Amino acid sequence: MTAQMTSTAMPTAEQHGLVAHSDGAFVPVQTRSERFRSVNVEDFAPVNGREHEWKLSPVAAFADLTGGELDGARLPIETTDAPGVQVSWIARDDARIGTAGTPEERASANAWTAFDEALLISVTGEDEKVVAVTRSGLGTAPRAGHTVIEIAPNSRGLVVLRGIGDARLSENVEILVGDGASLTVVSLQEWNDDAVHLSSQFARLGRDSFLKHIVVSLGGKVVRVNPSTHLAEQGADIEALGLYFADAGQHLEQQVYVHHDAPHTKSRVTYKGALQGAGARTVWIGDVLIGNAATGTDSYEQNRNLVLTDGTRADSVPNLEIETGDIEGAGHASATGRFDDEQLFYLMARGISEDEARRLVVRGFLTEIVQKIGSPELEARLLVAIEAELQVS
Amino acid sequence: MSVLEIKNLHVNVETDQGTREILRGVDLVINEGEIHAIMGPNGSGKSTLAYTIAGHPKYHVVEGEILLDGENVLEMSVDARARAGLFLAMQYPVEIPGVTVTNFLRTAKTAIDGEAPSVRTWVKDVRESMANLRMDSNFAERNVNEGFSGGEKKRNEILQLELLKPRFAVLDETDSGLDVDALKIVSEGVNRAKANTGLGILLITHYTRILRYIKPDFVHVFVAGRIAEQGGPELADRLEDEGYDRYQVAEPAAAAAAE
Repeated sequence: MTAQMTSTAMPTAEQHGLVAHSDGAFVPVQTRSERFRSVNVEDFAPVNGREHEWKLSPVAAFADLTGGELDGARLPIETTDAPGVQVSWIARDDARIGTAGTPEERASANAWTAFDEALLISVTGEDEKVVAVTRSGLGTAPRAGHTVIEIAPNSRGLVVLRGIGDARLSENVEILVGDGASLTVVSLQEWNDDAVHLSSQFARLGRDSFLKHIVVSLGGKVVRVNPSTHLAEQGADIEALGLYFADAGQHLEQQVYVHHDAPHTKSRVTYKGALQGAGARTVWIGDVLIGNAATGTDSYEQNRNLVLTDGTRADSVPNLEIETGDIEGAGHASATGRFDDEQLFYLMARGISEDEARRLVVRGFLTEIVQKIGSPELEARLLVAIEAELQVS
Repeated sequence: MSVLEIKNLHVNVETDQGTREILRGVDLVINEGEIHAIMGPNGSGKSTLAYTIAGHPKYHVVEGEILLDGENVLEMSVDARARAGLFLAMQYPVEIPGVTVTNFLRTAKTAIDGEAPSVRTWVKDVRESMANLRMDSNFAERNVNEGFSGGEKKRNEILQLELLKPRFAVLDETDSGLDVDALKIVSEGVNRAKANTGLGILLITHYTRILRYIKPDFVHVFVAGRIAEQGGPELADRLEDEGYDRYQVAEPAAAAAAE
């Protein structure tokens, strides 16, 4: 079963079926798990922007990352310390690399082909701990990155992977969650206005493990973070959260994929975005595949967009494939709504100024995600960052 | 003593069919502490009067004045009107996703008073007002009007009336869609607000039912965009018996088109 829906604040001819189908005679792969995969960039045809994985992205803005040569040197990082957390660089032939996933598109494969060493963030121990790794000073030349986040069985931790400053980065992030472990990963994009960041993130969850994966995209010209989660073992549980705020001229995209591949696995996907200013653009694609081994699956995905001004566009495409009937539940929801004049009138009629009304609504809308991060310090900082976004308009 | 004056008010609305004249010279004076009922058939322009006082951008004043203690209300923005002491209880309150009732009330109170309310008394005041309106305490953590029943929305409007303490309140068909129990609760809230703050009230209604619980000092019959007749509470009784039929002969087509 496949459900598909697109919402947008500015309808295009394409949505009304007025243009020829871009796939032509080619029959696209129907099942999400059967997409072509390779770690070698040459195995992918050059990107033309009509491919299903690229068709909603501004591919001309980052041809260097999909087609050009990338600098594979170590990314400059700063990291905080926490007991039970080790941050190091590992060689390409390390056995862990490639165990969480394999690239499904050319930018991801290009980064995989190019990286020299991978950054390893290794978490052990049952105590709660937080580690923040900040990438900054990446410059404006195209580069590749590879990160492995590994958490030992029955361990707990929260890892923040943050990007600030300039960047033209294509990267892969592998997240290996041991049996019974509980891990939170926050991918936090606070890049400069001109930055381009393409990130494919692959998680493999062990038995009865839990991953909370949070994508927060605020800064950058084009930011595309695509998390794939393989619920490979019985009882694995993913909570995938996202928060994005697109200003004028910004393109923020996330293609989320959850593969239920074992009995009694659970997924909750909730992405919320706000759009403000001419040319603010967001894309959310949510694919959930419930394989025939995944009996007892409990799955729900949703995307909500709040449109604050004219001239923005939000695409929202939930897809649900179910190969077994023996499940607990599977659902999806998508809604793109305006902060409209009647809401504004209602709040102003209670004495609240227009600016404050807008802030109130956006803060309320996005706070739901912020509150789930689980780090009071980071939550407080993000609320400040969201306030700052609101001042920009 | 505050006074709200409406003088020769003419209001147009832009529609797909062009400009339409809805209010055609309304004169009304409401003193603090008075309750004025505005009654009239559908489409007579009652709601237009309410939204024009509050400043909804859809309604264009082409002639006339609205003065609050001599200050020109028409020059004020919507939020400035509220801060000046005007309140509109809406007929169809809109949903505000992501904003809890608690958060909304505190923000509005802070905006109107110009400073944040003292935490201790504010929490107590909110709790007390909610209890008086028989609102469940979990109500405070729900998003404003989201998933509220018709009755809950109206109670939420009166809750705001009680807490924001305006000098003048316009109640736009607050009685519509309420069962008799909810009507009593909401009416008690209005009467309590009046007893506590002595505000002036413009009570807009189609039916006489709510006037059993909220006693008007004056009744104005609104037909085709102006006041056709006014009197004391006895006029409401007469309307209950006779309906609006005897006013309808004037301009039925315009009246029907107005809403």
